[in-house]
Amino acid sequence: MADIFELRDYEVWDGNMAASHALRQAQVDVVAAYPITPSTPIVENYGNFMANGYIDGEYILAESEHGAMSCCIGASAAGGRVATATSSQGFALMLETLYSASGMRLPIILNVVNRAIGAPLNVNGDHSDMYMGRDSGWIQIDCYNPQDVYDMNLLAFRVSEDHDIRLPTMVHQDGFMTSHTAQRVKTLSDDVAYNFIGEFKPMNDMLDLDHPVTHGVQTEEDWHFEHKARQHHALMSAVIPKIQEAFDELKVLSGRQYNIVESYNMNDAEVAIVCMGSSVETALEVSNELLAKGIKAGVVGIRVFRPFPLVEIADALKSCKAIATLDRSSPNGTVGALFNEIAGALFNTNTHAVLTNYIYGLGGRDLTKASLHTIYRELESNAESGNVTTPLQQFIGLRGPKLSFF
Amino acid sequence: MIENGWNQFEIGSVLRPFSGEVSDVSVIQPEDRLYSASNSFSVSVADWRIEKPLFKKELCIDCQFCWIYCPDMSIISRDKKMIGVDYDHCKGCGICVQVCPTTPKALLMFPEQADEEIELAQWPKKETQETKEN
Repeated sequence: MADIFELRDYEVWDGNMAASHALRQAQVDVVAAYPITPSTPIVENYGNFMANGYIDGEYILAESEHGAMSCCIGASAAGGRVATATSSQGFALMLETLYSASGMRLPIILNVVNRAIGAPLNVNGDHSDMYMGRDSGWIQIDCYNPQDVYDMNLLAFRVSEDHDIRLPTMVHQDGFMTSHTAQRVKTLSDDVAYNFIGEFKPMNDMLDLDHPVTHGVQTEEDWHFEHKARQHHALMSAVIPKIQEAFDELKVLSGRQYNIVESYNMNDAEVAIVCMGSSVETALEVSNELLAKGIKAGVVGIRVFRPFPLVEIADALKSCKAIATLDRSSPNGTVGALFNEIAGALFNTNTHAVLTNYIYGLGGRDLTKASLHTIYRELESNAESGNVTTPLQQFIGLRGPKLSFF
Repeated sequence: MIENGWNQFEIGSVLRPFSGEVSDVSVIQPEDRLYSASNSFSVSVADWRIEKPLFKKELCIDCQFCWIYCPDMSIISRDKKMIGVDYDHCKGCGICVQVCPTTPKALLMFPEQADEEIELAQWPKKETQETKEN
Protein backbone atom coordinates (compact mmCIF):
# COMPACT_ATOMS: atom_id res chain seq x y z
CA MET A 1 0.00 0.00 0.00
CA ALA A 2 1.38 3.39 -1.00
CA ASP A 3 2.41 5.78 1.79
CA ILE A 4 0.42 8.96 2.39
CA PHE A 5 2.28 12.06 1.26
CA GLU A 6 1.70 14.79 3.82
CA LEU A 7 1.09 18.02 1.91
CA ARG A 8 0.86 21.51 3.33
CA ASP A 9 -2.33 23.43 2.53
CA TYR A 10 -0.27 25.57 0.20
CA GLU A 11 2.75 24.23 -1.67
CA VAL A 12 5.13 26.08 -3.97
CA TRP A 13 5.07 23.99 -7.09
CA ASP A 14 5.80 24.55 -10.74
CA GLY A 15 3.32 23.12 -13.25
CA ASN A 16 5.28 19.92 -13.65
CA MET A 17 5.35 19.20 -9.91
CA ALA A 18 1.64 19.98 -9.69
CA ALA A 19 0.98 17.39 -12.43
CA SER A 20 3.23 14.81 -10.74
CA HIS A 21 1.40 15.14 -7.43
CA ALA A 22 -1.99 14.88 -9.14
CA LEU A 23 -0.88 11.64 -10.86
CA ARG A 24 0.42 10.35 -7.52
CA GLN A 25 -2.86 11.15 -5.78
CA ALA A 26 -4.79 9.45 -8.59
CA GLN A 27 -2.82 6.24 -7.82
CA VAL A 28 -2.28 5.51 -11.48
CA ASP A 29 -1.77 1.80 -12.31
CA VAL A 30 0.60 2.31 -15.26
CA VAL A 31 2.71 5.28 -16.31
CA ALA A 32 4.67 4.53 -19.50
CA ALA A 33 6.85 7.42 -20.58
CA TYR A 34 9.70 8.67 -22.70
CA PRO A 35 10.69 11.96 -21.07
CA ILE A 36 11.09 15.08 -23.23
CA THR A 37 11.71 18.73 -22.34
CA PRO A 38 9.85 20.59 -20.87
CA SER A 39 7.59 17.78 -19.60
CA THR A 40 10.50 15.66 -18.29
CA PRO A 41 10.11 16.57 -14.58
CA ILE A 42 6.52 15.25 -14.53
CA VAL A 43 7.63 11.66 -14.99
CA GLU A 44 10.95 12.28 -13.21
CA ASN A 45 9.13 13.41 -10.06
CA TYR A 46 6.71 10.53 -10.48
CA GLY A 47 9.60 8.04 -10.62
CA ASN A 48 10.95 9.65 -7.47
CA PHE A 49 7.60 9.21 -5.67
CA MET A 50 7.57 5.59 -6.76
CA ALA A 51 11.11 4.93 -5.53
CA ASN A 52 10.14 6.41 -2.16
CA GLY A 53 7.07 4.23 -1.71
CA TYR A 54 4.32 6.71 -2.50
CA ILE A 55 3.00 4.82 -5.54
CA ASP A 56 1.78 1.24 -5.97
CA GLY A 57 1.54 1.20 -9.79
CA GLU A 58 3.99 0.32 -12.54
CA TYR A 59 6.39 2.71 -14.25
CA ILE A 60 7.60 1.75 -17.72
CA LEU A 61 10.41 3.59 -19.46
CA ALA A 62 9.53 3.12 -23.15
CA GLU A 63 11.85 3.29 -26.17
CA SER A 64 10.09 6.30 -27.74
CA GLU A 65 6.97 8.41 -27.34
CA HIS A 66 5.26 6.18 -29.90
CA GLY A 67 6.17 3.25 -27.67
CA ALA A 68 5.13 5.09 -24.51
CA MET A 69 1.62 5.81 -25.76
CA SER A 70 1.40 2.28 -27.20
CA CYS A 71 2.18 0.88 -23.73
CA CYS A 72 -0.47 3.20 -22.28
CA ILE A 73 -3.01 1.90 -24.81
CA GLY A 74 -2.23 -1.72 -23.93
CA ALA A 75 -2.37 -1.05 -20.21
CA SER A 76 -5.63 0.87 -20.53
CA ALA A 77 -7.24 -1.84 -22.66
CA ALA A 78 -6.07 -4.38 -20.07
CA GLY A 79 -8.09 -2.44 -17.50
CA GLY A 80 -5.82 -0.02 -15.62
CA ARG A 81 -5.78 3.68 -14.75
CA VAL A 82 -3.12 5.09 -17.09
CA ALA A 83 -1.29 8.39 -17.58
CA THR A 84 1.83 9.87 -19.17
CA ALA A 85 3.36 13.17 -20.26
CA THR A 86 5.03 14.58 -23.36
CA SER A 87 5.83 17.70 -25.41
CA SER A 88 6.48 18.88 -28.95
CA GLN A 89 8.44 16.44 -31.12
CA GLY A 90 7.52 13.63 -28.75
CA PHE A 91 3.87 14.54 -29.09
CA ALA A 92 4.30 14.50 -32.86
CA LEU A 93 5.77 11.00 -32.68
CA MET A 94 2.83 9.92 -30.51
CA LEU A 95 0.25 11.32 -32.90
CA GLU A 96 -0.60 8.07 -34.69
CA THR A 97 -1.25 6.28 -31.42
CA LEU A 98 -3.34 9.17 -30.05
CA TYR A 99 -6.01 8.38 -32.64
CA SER A 100 -5.91 4.71 -31.56
CA ALA A 101 -6.41 5.67 -27.91
CA SER A 102 -9.47 7.81 -28.60
CA GLY A 103 -10.93 5.44 -31.21
CA MET A 104 -10.58 2.51 -28.82
CA ARG A 105 -12.26 4.69 -26.15
CA LEU A 106 -9.41 4.33 -23.65
CA PRO A 107 -9.43 6.93 -20.84
CA ILE A 108 -5.71 7.75 -20.81
CA ILE A 109 -4.51 11.05 -19.27
CA LEU A 110 -1.75 12.80 -21.22
CA ASN A 111 -0.03 15.85 -19.78
CA VAL A 112 1.10 17.96 -22.73
CA VAL A 113 3.59 20.61 -21.72
CA ASN A 114 3.18 22.79 -24.78
CA ARG A 115 6.33 23.45 -26.78
CA ALA A 116 7.17 24.62 -30.28
CA ILE A 117 7.71 22.06 -33.04
CA GLY A 118 10.92 22.31 -35.15
CA ALA A 119 12.48 23.12 -37.49
CA PRO A 120 14.19 25.17 -36.25
CA LEU A 121 14.55 23.07 -33.11
CA ASN A 122 13.21 24.90 -30.08
CA VAL A 123 12.47 23.74 -26.52
CA ASN A 124 10.30 26.68 -25.44
CA GLY A 125 6.58 27.09 -25.16
CA ASP A 126 4.09 27.68 -27.92
CA HIS A 127 0.88 25.89 -28.84
CA SER A 128 1.98 23.99 -31.96
CA ASP A 129 1.69 20.57 -30.30
CA MET A 130 -1.70 21.37 -28.75
CA TYR A 131 -3.01 22.47 -32.16
CA MET A 132 -1.61 19.35 -33.79
CA GLY A 133 -3.74 17.22 -31.47
CA ARG A 134 -7.02 19.03 -31.98
CA ASP A 135 -8.57 16.54 -34.43
CA SER A 136 -7.34 13.45 -32.60
CA GLY A 137 -10.56 12.78 -30.68
CA TRP A 138 -9.12 13.61 -27.24
CA ILE A 139 -10.63 15.93 -24.68
CA GLN A 140 -8.26 18.93 -24.44
CA ILE A 141 -8.23 21.03 -21.26
CA ASP A 142 -6.05 24.12 -21.04
CA CYS A 143 -4.30 25.39 -17.91
CA TYR A 144 -3.01 28.89 -17.22
CA ASN A 145 -0.91 28.23 -14.07
CA PRO A 146 0.26 25.37 -11.77
CA GLN A 147 -2.94 25.50 -9.69
CA ASP A 148 -4.96 24.82 -12.84
CA VAL A 149 -2.60 21.97 -13.76
CA TYR A 150 -3.14 20.31 -10.39
CA ASP A 151 -6.93 20.68 -10.45
CA MET A 152 -7.40 19.81 -14.12
CA ASN A 153 -5.35 16.62 -13.79
CA LEU A 154 -7.56 15.40 -10.96
CA LEU A 155 -10.62 16.36 -12.98
CA ALA A 156 -9.34 14.67 -16.13
CA PHE A 157 -9.36 11.18 -14.58
CA ARG A 158 -12.86 11.68 -13.23
CA VAL A 159 -14.21 12.83 -16.59
CA SER A 160 -12.32 10.48 -18.91
CA GLU A 161 -13.00 7.32 -16.97
CA ASP A 162 -16.76 7.89 -16.70
CA HIS A 163 -18.49 5.03 -18.52
CA ASP A 164 -20.65 7.46 -20.52
CA ILE A 165 -17.47 9.10 -21.82
CA ARG A 166 -14.48 6.74 -21.97
CA LEU A 167 -12.37 9.23 -23.95
CA PRO A 168 -8.75 10.20 -23.26
CA THR A 169 -7.84 13.68 -22.02
CA MET A 170 -4.90 15.97 -22.66
CA VAL A 171 -4.11 18.45 -19.91
CA HIS A 172 -2.19 21.33 -21.47
CA GLN A 173 0.17 23.79 -19.82
CA ASP A 174 2.66 26.23 -21.32
CA GLY A 175 6.23 24.97 -21.52
CA PHE A 176 8.53 26.72 -19.00
CA MET A 177 6.17 29.66 -18.44
CA THR A 178 3.87 27.35 -16.45
CA SER A 179 5.82 24.09 -16.26
CA HIS A 180 8.96 25.57 -14.69
CA THR A 181 7.62 28.62 -12.84
CA ALA A 182 7.07 27.81 -9.16
CA GLN A 183 3.87 29.33 -7.87
CA ARG A 184 1.52 28.90 -4.96
CA VAL A 185 -0.75 25.86 -5.27
CA LYS A 186 -3.54 25.07 -2.82
CA THR A 187 -3.61 21.32 -2.31
CA LEU A 188 -6.14 18.67 -1.45
CA SER A 189 -5.14 15.89 0.92
CA ASP A 190 -4.44 12.50 -0.67
CA ASP A 191 -7.76 10.97 0.39
CA VAL A 192 -9.87 13.99 -0.59
CA ALA A 193 -8.18 14.15 -4.01
CA TYR A 194 -8.61 10.39 -4.55
CA ASN A 195 -12.26 10.48 -3.55
CA PHE A 196 -12.87 13.37 -5.93
CA ILE A 197 -11.42 11.31 -8.80
CA GLY A 198 -13.14 8.11 -7.70
CA GLU A 199 -12.18 4.46 -7.85
CA PHE A 200 -11.21 3.26 -11.33
CA LYS A 201 -14.02 1.18 -12.79
CA PRO A 202 -12.83 -1.02 -15.65
CA MET A 203 -14.88 -1.46 -18.82
CA ASN A 204 -14.33 -4.08 -21.52
CA ASP A 205 -11.00 -4.86 -19.85
CA MET A 206 -8.91 -7.56 -21.43
CA LEU A 207 -7.93 -9.01 -18.05
CA ASP A 208 -11.56 -9.99 -17.40
CA LEU A 209 -10.89 -13.51 -18.66
CA ASP A 210 -14.48 -14.69 -18.24
CA HIS A 211 -15.63 -12.04 -20.75
CA PRO A 212 -13.06 -12.16 -23.54
CA VAL A 213 -12.97 -9.06 -25.72
CA THR A 214 -11.14 -8.07 -28.88
CA HIS A 215 -9.67 -4.55 -28.91
CA GLY A 216 -8.21 -2.78 -31.94
CA VAL A 217 -10.39 -4.26 -34.67
CA GLN A 218 -10.48 -3.29 -38.33
CA THR A 219 -13.56 -1.81 -39.97
CA GLU A 220 -13.81 -0.64 -43.57
CA GLU A 221 -16.40 1.43 -45.43
CA ASP A 222 -19.10 -0.78 -43.95
CA TRP A 223 -18.80 0.25 -40.26
CA HIS A 224 -15.92 2.71 -39.78
CA PHE A 225 -18.22 5.72 -40.25
CA GLU A 226 -20.63 4.50 -37.55
CA HIS A 227 -17.85 4.01 -35.00
CA LYS A 228 -16.42 7.47 -35.67
CA ALA A 229 -19.91 8.97 -35.39
CA ARG A 230 -20.45 7.31 -32.02
CA GLN A 231 -17.10 8.61 -30.77
CA HIS A 232 -17.88 12.16 -31.94
CA HIS A 233 -21.33 11.93 -30.35
CA ALA A 234 -19.82 11.08 -26.96
CA LEU A 235 -17.30 13.91 -27.25
CA MET A 236 -19.98 16.40 -28.28
CA SER A 237 -22.81 15.48 -25.91
CA ALA A 238 -21.46 13.83 -22.75
CA VAL A 239 -18.20 15.64 -21.99
CA ILE A 240 -19.16 19.27 -21.32
CA PRO A 241 -21.93 18.36 -18.80
CA LYS A 242 -19.55 15.96 -17.03
CA ILE A 243 -16.81 18.60 -16.84
CA GLN A 244 -19.34 21.12 -15.48
CA GLU A 245 -20.43 18.62 -12.83
CA ALA A 246 -16.78 18.07 -11.85
CA PHE A 247 -16.19 21.85 -11.75
CA ASP A 248 -19.15 22.19 -9.40
CA GLU A 249 -17.92 19.52 -7.03
CA LEU A 250 -14.38 20.89 -7.11
CA LYS A 251 -15.78 24.24 -6.07
CA VAL A 252 -17.47 22.65 -3.07
CA LEU A 253 -14.22 20.89 -2.11
CA SER A 254 -11.73 23.67 -2.76
CA GLY A 255 -13.64 26.92 -3.24
CA ARG A 256 -12.02 27.30 -6.64
CA GLN A 257 -14.37 28.16 -9.50
CA TYR A 258 -13.62 26.93 -13.01
CA ASN A 259 -15.80 27.50 -16.08
CA ILE A 260 -16.16 25.87 -19.48
CA VAL A 261 -15.32 29.29 -20.92
CA GLU A 262 -13.36 31.61 -18.62
CA SER A 263 -14.55 35.22 -18.85
CA TYR A 264 -12.76 38.09 -17.14
CA ASN A 265 -14.09 41.66 -17.06
CA MET A 266 -16.58 40.58 -19.72
CA ASN A 267 -19.84 41.84 -18.18
CA ASP A 268 -20.12 44.95 -20.34
CA ALA A 269 -16.91 44.59 -22.34
CA GLU A 270 -16.85 46.29 -25.73
CA VAL A 271 -13.52 44.82 -26.80
CA ALA A 272 -12.17 41.39 -25.93
CA ILE A 273 -9.08 39.26 -26.37
CA VAL A 274 -9.56 35.49 -26.72
CA CYS A 275 -6.46 33.45 -25.90
CA MET A 276 -5.09 30.36 -24.19
CA GLY A 277 -2.49 29.28 -21.66
CA SER A 278 -0.41 31.62 -19.53
CA SER A 279 -1.27 34.49 -21.92
CA VAL A 280 -4.74 34.62 -20.33
CA GLU A 281 -3.21 35.89 -17.08
CA THR A 282 -1.04 38.48 -18.87
CA ALA A 283 -4.04 39.68 -20.85
CA LEU A 284 -6.08 39.91 -17.65
CA GLU A 285 -3.46 42.17 -16.09
CA VAL A 286 -3.67 44.51 -19.09
CA SER A 287 -7.45 44.30 -19.04
CA ASN A 288 -7.47 45.42 -15.38
CA GLU A 289 -5.19 48.35 -16.21
CA LEU A 290 -7.52 49.45 -19.00
CA LEU A 291 -10.59 48.98 -16.85
CA ALA A 292 -9.07 51.34 -14.28
CA LYS A 293 -8.92 53.93 -17.08
CA GLY A 294 -12.57 53.33 -17.94
CA ILE A 295 -11.95 51.24 -21.05
CA LYS A 296 -14.30 48.26 -21.25
CA ALA A 297 -11.74 45.62 -22.24
CA GLY A 298 -12.27 41.97 -21.32
CA VAL A 299 -10.53 38.63 -21.70
CA VAL A 300 -11.97 35.27 -22.69
CA GLY A 301 -9.82 32.25 -21.89
CA ILE A 302 -10.35 28.88 -23.54
CA ARG A 303 -10.55 26.28 -20.76
CA VAL A 304 -11.95 23.37 -22.79
CA PHE A 305 -10.45 23.40 -26.29
CA ARG A 306 -11.95 20.04 -27.30
CA PRO A 307 -14.84 19.51 -27.32
CA PHE A 308 -15.04 23.16 -28.43
CA PRO A 309 -17.77 24.98 -26.45
CA LEU A 310 -19.25 26.70 -29.49
CA VAL A 311 -22.47 27.94 -27.87
CA GLU A 312 -20.88 29.00 -24.56
CA ILE A 313 -18.17 31.00 -26.30
CA ALA A 314 -20.63 32.73 -28.61
CA ASP A 315 -22.60 33.66 -25.51
CA ALA A 316 -19.51 35.01 -23.73
CA LEU A 317 -18.71 37.28 -26.70
CA LYS A 318 -22.23 38.29 -27.73
CA SER A 319 -22.07 41.91 -26.57
CA CYS A 320 -18.57 42.70 -27.88
CA LYS A 321 -17.96 45.14 -30.72
CA ALA A 322 -14.42 44.03 -31.53
CA ILE A 323 -12.67 40.76 -30.74
CA ALA A 324 -9.07 39.66 -31.22
CA THR A 325 -8.17 35.97 -31.35
CA LEU A 326 -4.59 35.24 -30.33
CA ASP A 327 -2.96 32.15 -31.81
CA ARG A 328 0.38 30.87 -30.52
CA SER A 329 1.04 28.44 -33.38
CA SER A 330 2.20 29.23 -36.88
CA PRO A 331 -0.95 28.91 -38.99
CA ASN A 332 1.16 27.95 -42.01
CA GLY A 333 -1.07 29.07 -44.82
CA THR A 334 -4.33 30.32 -43.30
CA VAL A 335 -5.75 32.29 -40.38
CA GLY A 336 -5.09 31.05 -36.85
CA ALA A 337 -7.14 28.09 -35.62
CA LEU A 338 -8.68 30.13 -32.82
CA PHE A 339 -9.77 32.79 -35.36
CA ASN A 340 -11.57 30.09 -37.33
CA GLU A 341 -13.15 28.59 -34.20
CA ILE A 342 -14.42 31.93 -32.92
CA ALA A 343 -15.61 33.01 -36.37
CA GLY A 344 -17.47 29.69 -36.62
CA ALA A 345 -19.02 30.19 -33.18
CA LEU A 346 -20.20 33.74 -33.98
CA PHE A 347 -21.19 33.45 -37.63
CA ASN A 348 -24.87 32.52 -37.30
CA THR A 349 -25.50 34.73 -34.27
CA ASN A 350 -26.76 38.33 -34.12
CA THR A 351 -23.31 39.76 -33.45
CA HIS A 352 -21.81 42.44 -35.65
CA ALA A 353 -18.46 42.23 -33.90
CA VAL A 354 -15.29 42.88 -35.87
CA LEU A 355 -12.99 39.86 -35.61
CA THR A 356 -9.20 39.96 -36.09
CA ASN A 357 -6.33 37.55 -35.60
CA TYR A 358 -2.89 37.95 -34.01
CA ILE A 359 -0.08 35.42 -34.26
CA TYR A 360 2.25 35.75 -31.25
CA GLY A 361 4.81 34.09 -29.04
CA LEU A 362 6.15 31.42 -31.39
CA GLY A 363 9.04 29.41 -29.96
CA GLY A 364 8.56 30.93 -26.51
CA ARG A 365 8.77 34.61 -27.53
CA ASP A 366 7.28 36.63 -24.64
CA LEU A 367 3.85 38.12 -25.05
CA THR A 368 4.49 41.55 -23.51
CA LYS A 369 1.97 43.84 -21.89
CA ALA A 370 3.01 46.46 -24.46
CA SER A 371 1.89 44.13 -27.28
CA LEU A 372 -1.41 43.50 -25.51
CA HIS A 373 -1.96 47.27 -25.08
CA THR A 374 -1.37 47.65 -28.84
CA ILE A 375 -3.92 44.94 -29.58
CA TYR A 376 -6.54 46.52 -27.31
CA ARG A 377 -5.93 49.94 -28.94
CA GLU A 378 -6.51 48.43 -32.36
CA LEU A 379 -9.65 46.70 -31.08
CA GLU A 380 -10.96 50.01 -29.79
CA SER A 381 -10.58 51.61 -33.20
CA ASN A 382 -12.26 48.57 -34.81
CA ALA A 383 -15.12 48.90 -32.32
CA GLU A 384 -15.45 52.62 -32.96
CA SER A 385 -15.57 52.37 -36.76
CA GLY A 386 -17.43 49.06 -36.93
CA ASN A 387 -14.93 47.87 -39.53
CA VAL A 388 -11.57 46.17 -39.61
CA THR A 389 -9.10 49.07 -39.43
CA THR A 390 -6.05 46.76 -39.46
CA PRO A 391 -5.08 43.79 -41.57
CA LEU A 392 -7.09 40.69 -40.59
CA GLN A 393 -4.05 38.73 -39.47
CA GLN A 394 -1.00 40.35 -37.88
CA PHE A 395 2.20 38.97 -36.40
CA ILE A 396 2.91 40.68 -33.10
CA GLY A 397 6.24 40.79 -31.23
CA LEU A 398 8.09 39.93 -34.45
CA ARG A 399 11.43 41.55 -35.43
CA GLY A 400 11.77 43.21 -38.85
CA PRO A 401 9.15 44.81 -41.10
CA LYS A 402 5.52 44.45 -40.06
CA LEU A 403 4.03 41.16 -41.26
CA SER A 404 0.30 40.91 -41.92
CA PHE A 405 -2.19 39.27 -44.27
CA PHE A 406 -5.70 39.78 -45.65
CA MET B 1 -25.29 -6.66 -37.44
CA ILE B 2 -25.41 -5.17 -40.93
CA GLU B 3 -28.57 -3.26 -39.91
CA ASN B 4 -26.95 -1.64 -36.85
CA GLY B 5 -26.96 2.15 -36.65
CA TRP B 6 -24.10 4.20 -35.20
CA ASN B 7 -25.62 4.10 -31.72
CA GLN B 8 -25.97 0.32 -31.62
CA PHE B 9 -22.34 -0.80 -31.62
CA GLU B 10 -20.31 -1.26 -28.47
CA ILE B 11 -18.03 1.72 -27.88
CA GLY B 12 -14.39 1.45 -28.86
CA SER B 13 -15.32 -0.94 -31.70
CA VAL B 14 -14.70 -3.89 -29.40
CA LEU B 15 -15.84 -7.31 -30.49
CA ARG B 16 -16.70 -10.24 -28.28
CA PRO B 17 -15.42 -13.62 -29.47
CA PHE B 18 -18.03 -15.53 -27.43
CA SER B 19 -21.72 -15.13 -26.72
CA GLY B 20 -21.96 -14.52 -23.00
CA GLU B 21 -19.67 -15.59 -20.20
CA VAL B 22 -17.07 -18.29 -20.76
CA SER B 23 -14.69 -19.95 -18.38
CA ASP B 24 -11.80 -22.29 -19.12
CA VAL B 25 -12.58 -22.25 -22.84
CA SER B 26 -9.41 -24.20 -23.65
CA VAL B 27 -10.98 -27.48 -22.53
CA ILE B 28 -13.97 -27.06 -24.90
CA GLN B 29 -13.59 -28.26 -28.49
CA PRO B 30 -13.90 -25.44 -31.04
CA GLU B 31 -17.12 -26.80 -32.54
CA ASP B 32 -18.75 -26.80 -29.08
CA ARG B 33 -17.73 -23.26 -28.08
CA LEU B 34 -20.32 -20.49 -28.01
CA TYR B 35 -18.61 -18.37 -30.64
CA SER B 36 -20.34 -15.08 -31.40
CA ALA B 37 -21.53 -14.07 -34.87
CA SER B 38 -18.61 -11.63 -35.12
CA ASN B 39 -16.04 -14.33 -34.34
CA SER B 40 -14.00 -15.38 -37.35
CA PHE B 41 -14.87 -18.99 -36.52
CA SER B 42 -18.45 -18.19 -37.53
CA VAL B 43 -17.42 -16.93 -40.96
CA SER B 44 -16.32 -19.15 -43.86
CA VAL B 45 -13.31 -17.97 -45.82
CA ALA B 46 -13.28 -21.00 -48.10
CA ASP B 47 -13.58 -18.79 -51.18
CA TRP B 48 -10.16 -17.23 -50.49
CA ARG B 49 -8.62 -20.56 -51.51
CA ILE B 50 -7.30 -21.45 -54.98
CA GLU B 51 -5.65 -24.71 -54.00
CA LYS B 52 -6.71 -27.07 -51.24
CA PRO B 53 -4.86 -29.71 -49.23
CA LEU B 54 -6.26 -33.25 -49.39
CA PHE B 55 -5.54 -35.82 -46.70
CA LYS B 56 -4.68 -39.49 -47.28
CA LYS B 57 -5.30 -41.07 -43.90
CA GLU B 58 -3.47 -44.37 -44.55
CA LEU B 59 -0.13 -42.56 -45.00
CA CYS B 60 -0.41 -40.38 -41.87
CA ILE B 61 1.83 -41.21 -38.90
CA ASP B 62 0.10 -38.65 -36.59
CA CYS B 63 3.27 -36.69 -36.02
CA GLN B 64 1.10 -33.52 -35.62
CA PHE B 65 3.51 -31.35 -37.60
CA CYS B 66 0.65 -30.03 -39.77
CA TRP B 67 -1.43 -29.26 -36.69
CA ILE B 68 1.41 -27.31 -35.09
CA TYR B 69 2.40 -25.40 -38.23
CA CYS B 70 -1.04 -24.49 -39.62
CA PRO B 71 -1.32 -20.70 -39.18
CA ASP B 72 -5.13 -20.79 -39.13
CA MET B 73 -5.84 -23.71 -36.78
CA SER B 74 -7.46 -25.49 -39.73
CA ILE B 75 -6.02 -28.95 -39.06
CA ILE B 76 -8.50 -30.91 -36.97
CA SER B 77 -6.85 -33.24 -34.53
CA ARG B 78 -8.36 -35.22 -31.64
CA ASP B 79 -6.36 -37.10 -29.01
CA LYS B 80 -3.23 -36.56 -31.08
CA LYS B 81 -4.84 -38.26 -34.10
CA MET B 82 -5.11 -36.29 -37.33
CA ILE B 83 -8.75 -36.20 -38.47
CA GLY B 84 -8.86 -33.84 -41.42
CA VAL B 85 -8.91 -30.26 -42.66
CA ASP B 86 -11.33 -27.49 -41.65
CA TYR B 87 -12.24 -26.31 -45.17
CA ASP B 88 -14.27 -23.35 -43.86
CA HIS B 89 -11.11 -21.69 -42.57
CA CYS B 90 -8.21 -23.22 -44.55
CA LYS B 91 -6.83 -20.61 -46.97
CA GLY B 92 -4.75 -23.04 -48.98
CA CYS B 93 -1.31 -21.80 -47.95
CA GLY B 94 0.23 -25.28 -48.31
CA ILE B 95 2.36 -25.19 -45.17
CA CYS B 96 0.83 -28.47 -43.90
CA VAL B 97 1.96 -30.17 -47.11
CA GLN B 98 5.45 -28.68 -46.83
CA VAL B 99 5.97 -30.01 -43.30
CA CYS B 100 4.41 -33.45 -43.84
CA PRO B 101 7.36 -35.86 -43.35
CA THR B 102 6.03 -39.11 -44.87
CA THR B 103 6.94 -40.48 -48.31
CA PRO B 104 4.73 -40.11 -50.16
CA LYS B 105 3.11 -37.26 -48.19
CA ALA B 106 -0.19 -37.77 -46.38
CA LEU B 107 -1.17 -34.20 -47.42
CA LEU B 108 -0.93 -32.86 -50.98
CA MET B 109 -2.17 -29.68 -52.68
CA PHE B 110 -4.77 -29.88 -55.48
CA PRO B 111 -6.74 -27.32 -57.46
CA GLU B 112 -9.83 -26.23 -55.51
CA GLN B 113 -12.17 -27.88 -58.04
CA ALA B 114 -10.35 -31.28 -57.95
CA ASP B 115 -12.53 -34.25 -56.95
CA GLU B 116 -11.44 -35.69 -53.61
CA GLU B 117 -12.43 -39.29 -54.37
CA ILE B 118 -10.56 -39.38 -57.66
CA GLU B 119 -7.44 -37.76 -56.23
CA LEU B 120 -7.34 -40.08 -53.22
CA ALA B 121 -7.63 -43.05 -55.60
CA GLN B 122 -4.74 -41.72 -57.75
CA TRP B 123 -2.55 -40.81 -54.74
CA PRO B 124 1.19 -41.55 -55.28
CA LYS B 125 2.00 -45.06 -54.07
CA LYS B 126 4.53 -45.95 -51.42
CA GLU B 127 7.77 -47.13 -53.05
CA THR B 128 8.15 -50.90 -52.55
CA GLN B 129 11.23 -53.09 -53.03
CA GLU B 130 9.76 -54.24 -56.38
CA THR B 131 9.20 -50.79 -57.81
CA LYS B 132 12.72 -49.84 -56.83
CA GLU B 133 14.18 -52.80 -58.75
CA ASN B 134 12.22 -51.79 -61.86
